[in-house]
Order: sequence, then structure tokens, then C-alpha cells
Amino acid sequence: MASVDGGIGIVEERDFLFGDKPGDKLRLDCGKEFGPVNIRYESYGRLNPARTNAVLILHALSGDAHVAGRHSESDRKAGWWDSMVGPGKAFDTDKYFIVCSNVLGGCSGSTGPRSTDPLTDRLYNMDFPVITIRDMVNAQHRLMEQLGIERWLSLAGGSMGGMQALQWAVSYPGSVKSVIAIATTSRLSPQSIAFNWVGREAIMGDPGWMGGEYGEKGPEKGLSIARMLGHITYLSDESMARKFGRNLQNLKDYAFDFSHNFQVESYLRHQGLSFVERFDANSYLFISRAMDYFDLSEDSGGDLAAAFAPATADFLVVSFSSDWLFPPEQSRHIVGALRKRGLDVSYCNINSIYGHDAFLLETGTIGKLVSDFLRNQFAEVEP
Amino acid sequence: MKTILRKELDDRPDLLAIFDLIEPSSKVMDLGCGEGILLSHLKLQKNCPVCGIEISQEKILECVARGVPAIHGDLDDGLEGYPDNAFDCVVLSQTLQAVHRPDKLLRDMMRVANRAYVSLINIGHIRARLQIAIGGIMPVTHSLPSQWFETKNIHLSTILDFRNLCSELGFAIDKTVPLGYRSHFLARLWPNLFAPMCVFVVSKGGG
Repeated sequence: MASVDGGIGIVEERDFLFGDKPGDKLRLDCGKEFGPVNIRYESYGRLNPARTNAVLILHALSGDAHVAGRHSESDRKAGWWDSMVGPGKAFDTDKYFIVCSNVLGGCSGSTGPRSTDPLTDRLYNMDFPVITIRDMVNAQHRLMEQLGIERWLSLAGGSMGGMQALQWAVSYPGSVKSVIAIATTSRLSPQSIAFNWVGREAIMGDPGWMGGEYGEKGPEKGLSIARMLGHITYLSDESMARKFGRNLQNLKDYAFDFSHNFQVESYLRHQGLSFVERFDANSYLFISRAMDYFDLSEDSGGDLAAAFAPATADFLVVSFSSDWLFPPEQSRHIVGALRKRGLDVSYCNINSIYGHDAFLLETGTIGKLVSDFLRNQFAEVEP
Repeated sequence: MKTILRKELDDRPDLLAIFDLIEPSSKVMDLGCGEGILLSHLKLQKNCPVCGIEISQEKILECVARGVPAIHGDLDDGLEGYPDNAFDCVVLSQTLQAVHRPDKLLRDMMRVANRAYVSLINIGHIRARLQIAIGGIMPVTHSLPSQWFETKNIHLSTILDFRNLCSELGFAIDKTVPLGYRSHFLARLWPNLFAPMCVFVVSKGGG
């Protein structure tokens, strides 16, 4: 399996379908019973006989199940966290059984708004139910049962992936040995809700969106604006200054027009355009809405420590000094609540200039933390 | 196991003394826990539930490597998030002199725990006294290696100063372990003059 680049090599996508019978449907937070649900997932490494080495990786807003390796020899890009997952890497596939699934509502294989509603034989589009982070987690729990796993050694995710990991710890405490929550929050801040709103306005205001009923070509302008806006929130002032400065893109002087004169403009444009190729606009609406609704302490009147009452897991919480989307303060809030509950928690605020994006870039430091944390967690369950 | 601890803490007799003093199974928080050496041994050998606070990112990574739960943070931010009596004991080793308000931190420590183990660098030690009295300069010693202009130690005190602070705050000193450089004989005889370092066991006292 191992390939020449030391990575995991060629990996396969798998599908798990459930909820096609009345009693088997997924009960959603909005009150609906939903199904059938397909969950697209990938898994690497082997589940040990004691079933104690399973790790679930949870992806962020624009991620998918393809966390490491390549789908074919000619595949140009490896999975989104390839530097972290593979033989001998932080999520060591020689030691652990690594699973990653595309979230409910996604557009990379799992059931989402662009899936076909079996009742009408048409795409759900805006008839897709408004889902929550907890709904995503409940769907993942069904996958866990299907895989014959009783307890995850660890649940790990950055950003929206971290939200799912925290939700797991509260919803299914018996199934969670530990949690690795990176650059995340226990509740989406009004600032983040505001950014999501503008992103969705750009999509829904694009004439190409057509009330969600677009055909092959979607609201490309709107989706790319949402992505460009998102990207600004993932970077930091300092990282932009270092990466682009005020440098011009293939120009000696200002062009005195409104095309992309600056490198930073060109970068954002590229990010917007390439996102449209791989992501669906309706999925963006539903997933960003799920993030808006995420507030772990909602049911306990804002008391996060009370919300963590059922949790029993050990936690590793990581933030980044320059992340202003999910700033360190929000991680400290999580850490404080966990400590109040007397849970084992380690917290590192990694000094980085890369803003929120650091969770995909600071893989040296995160890699060491994750690899050591997992090793110690595994030592506790090894027979 | 114990010998590994002795070896790892060869340079830190105060931590060895604190290790010996802490009761098995007590809930321990170490403020400024460094690489988590003390806590890892308390966890493994004395079955203590432990946690640490540490300001250095590098040292937090070491704590995680050792399996010691530690939180990246600054003691000057206080222990606000921690409930009263959350721990059996709190350790503060060679750190009191580096915080902004030692009195406030001490009060906070005695709020979250019943007992504190504090190791203090004694500026009243004879070597320091001679440097200032005879040499006329701010002391630079084994435990205080930095020059006055670059030191992080902004609130140095003597053993007597610390005793006075505890009594002012209404805390009792249950035990004192003066530590010498080579022999502890003189240190025990006249701690404020001959002990470069001293471990105190502080409790809430009569009220």
C-alpha cells in the first residue's frame, strides 16, 4: 500500500447507507425524521482485535472524507490532511484505524441538498432539512455502529471538525476516550454568524442560484464571493502582509483599472474560482447554517461547564495566537469549562502568524502534540 | 522509579522535597509546571490526579509528551476559572518572585486548594547579602543567575518576608524545609541566612 512519497498510497471511498426504512431514519434537531442517508467515508489502517485503536477525524466546512492518500495514480492532489495522516505520521496508520466521513449535508458523497429525494425523485435543494452539528454527529454515530466500533480512541477535528468532536463528547460520552479540538469554539460568535450571513447573501443573491434550483452551472459568482470572504477570515493581517505585501500581480505599475492588480486580489480570485469547481452552493448554505446554530451551552442556559456534565473524555485543545475567526479566548473558554468539571485537559495556544488556516499549516507542532497525545491515550487502553 | 525522579530533578532539590511531602492520591495542580516532571512522577508513583499551568509553548509540548495534562497560560491572569477547593494542593516552585502580585496569587492558591507547597528563592541568603552589602551590587547567584536589568524576578523576598506575608494573609505555615547547596546543616540552623532556597507547606490556618 505504501507509496514512494512515504504517504498512505492509494485509498478507496466507501459508502454506508441507512435510514431507508421508517424505523431506521435519522431524527433531526429540526424535528424531522430523515432518510435514506448515505455517508461517504474513508478508512486507513486496521482495527485491532480489541477494537481500541479507532480514531475518527472530522472535517471542516469545505473538507471531505478524503483526508489522506490519493484515489488513483494520476490523482494530482493528496487528501486534505495528508501531512498528518499516514504510516509513521501523527495519525499513524500503522498503529491506529483512522476513519473520516463526509458530513451530512455535504457535497462530496454524503447525502446533502444535491442528493435525490426518493419521494419526489428530484434533488432536495432547498427542501433539504436544515441540519445541525449534532445531526452530523448522530449520522457519524450510525457509521460507528456499522463499523463495529464501540469507543473511539480519539475524535479529532479543526474548526467545524472541532465542534463535532466537542458535540460527540457530550452526546456519546461512553463512545469517546479522548477529544482533539483544534482552532474551534463551543458556540459560534456573532462575528462568525455575520460572516456566514454575508456569504450566504452572496450565494442567494446571485441570479444563477434560482432559489436553489440551479442546474449544472450554479451560482458561481456568489459561491466564489462567499469563499473569498471566508478566506480572508482564515488568514491574518500579518500572514497576508508577509505572503503578498502590496505586491502587484504581473504588473510594473498600477493598471488604473479594476482587474486584479494586487497579488492578494489575484490569490483571492483564484481561491474563489477553484472552490466553485469542487464545492456546491446549496451545501455551503446548509453547512454554514449548521455552524451558526452550534451552541454547546444552549441547553444549559449558557453555562458551558454544565453542558460538559456528561463528558468523561480526556481533551487536547489547541488554538493559534493569530486566529481571529475562532480566537484563543474561545478555546480558553472551553478549557476553563472542562477544568471546572475536573476533566483531564491539555491546552496549547500555538504561536503562529497563519490565522485560522494554521490548523492546516502548523502541522509540525500539531503533529507532535497529536502523536504524543494519541500515544499516551493508546497506552491507557492497550491490554 | 524513584531513582529516575532523583536523576531528573538532580538540579531541583525543592521539587524532590515537595514530591516527598505530597500525600498519595491527592489532587495536585502545579503552577508553572515546566516540562511536567514533578507531575508525571506524582501521577505514576503516587497515583495523583494532576494538572499543570505553564507559560512556555515548548514546555507544554513536553507535558503532552509525558502524558501530563497541562494548560498553556499565564499565572498573572490568575486562577479565576477554578472553583474553590478544586484541589487538595497547589505547587508553586521558584515562581512566586516572577509574578506581578505574589500576594494575590497566594490568596488565589489558598482559595482553590487546602494546602500549598511553595518553594522560595531566598534573597536573604548570605551570598546574596554579601554581594549587596560588601560588593554593593544586586546579587547574581546560582538560583538567581540573571542581571538586575534582565531578570524576570521582580518580587524577590527573604524567608522572613514570606513568613510575614503568610501571617498577614492569615495563612499558617505547617512545615518549613530549608535547603542548602551541599549540606542542609547550616540551612536548618539559620534558614534566612544560610538557606538559598526553602520549601513551605502553607495551609489556610485558623481563618
